[in-house]
Amino acid sequence: MQAIGMYGIEPRGAPHVEACFHDGDAVRVRVAFPPGHVRTPFYCRGKVGVIERLCGAFPNPEELAYNRSGLPAQPLYRVRFTSRDLWPGLNAPHGDVVEIEIFQHWLEPMEAA
Amino acid sequence: MNAPPGAPHDHTHFRDDEASISYYRTMEIAVRELLVEKNVFSLADVRAQIEAMDARTPARGARVVARAWTDAAYRERLLANGAAACEELGLELGPLKLVVVENTPQTHNVIVCTLCSCYPRMLLGLPPDWYKSREYRSRVVREPRRVLEEFGTRLPDAVSIRVHDSTADMRYLVLPMRPTDTDGMNEAQLASRVSRDAMIGTTVIDR
Repeated sequence: MQAIGMYGIEPRGAPHVEACFHDGDAVRVRVAFPPGHVRTPFYCRGKVGVIERLCGAFPNPEELAYNRSGLPAQPLYRVRFTSRDLWPGLNAPHGDVVEIEIFQHWLEPMEAA
Repeated sequence: MNAPPGAPHDHTHFRDDEASISYYRTMEIAVRELLVEKNVFSLADVRAQIEAMDARTPARGARVVARAWTDAAYRERLLANGAAACEELGLELGPLKLVVVENTPQTHNVIVCTLCSCYPRMLLGLPPDWYKSREYRSRVVREPRRVLEEFGTRLPDAVSIRVHDSTADMRYLVLPMRPTDTDGMNEAQLASRVSRDAMIGTTVIDR
């Protein structure tokens, strides 16, 4: 378990979901298309990436958009995807990556290979 | 009948396009007027906020970069906790969570918000129009090298590109590489070499 708040990030003492992924963990973005104010870009849904860092826990924007509290706060991660995985067929150089902020409830664990 | 040359109205005028007000512009005006009427805030408050926003320019970010170039310990603190390091220079970022990403000879960073237009306004001021355009937002995650070339930035394939999609609560600032012809420059001189686009990552600083 990583400590929430490595950046001194909110919420201080507010209820939050515990972080369940560690740096370097492989994760898959859920394939789901709920309506509303969703901050998970379409282009990464269903894609596999690696946790780059835990950013902290933040009120869920999908709830905030409707004037609800967004609590318990959701862990937010930066997830690193290779450009080749995101855009098969474009043959980007191997080192090129895209890093996206994704909330924990959008991430599924990958079984260890 | 022709007006004599030099008369004030001897040419046709293009109509100012002020007749059409969009749906959201109308909504903004209506909500603003209601909030003022209900004394939630005053028009003076609105003006003060606009003036505070306009006072923020990329010179703030450039100060941070110049300090990081001249002070290795500061650079470490900046990369570890961007907001706290900015506060050291008197730059309050408020609720903003700042991630500073460092360019190296092996890695080039570039920033986008594909979902809207998230931008480190406290350090760079208002975003340029192209940053908010659908074209930049959709293309830079997909074909960053072609987009950077259109900004005059050609990177060899050996330099990896790291695109940061600012989708949630973080904001990003690129720490560019220090130009090689700047030995002996003081912080103010260095800051003058730091461009807005270099801190977004669409350009690099020459030399």
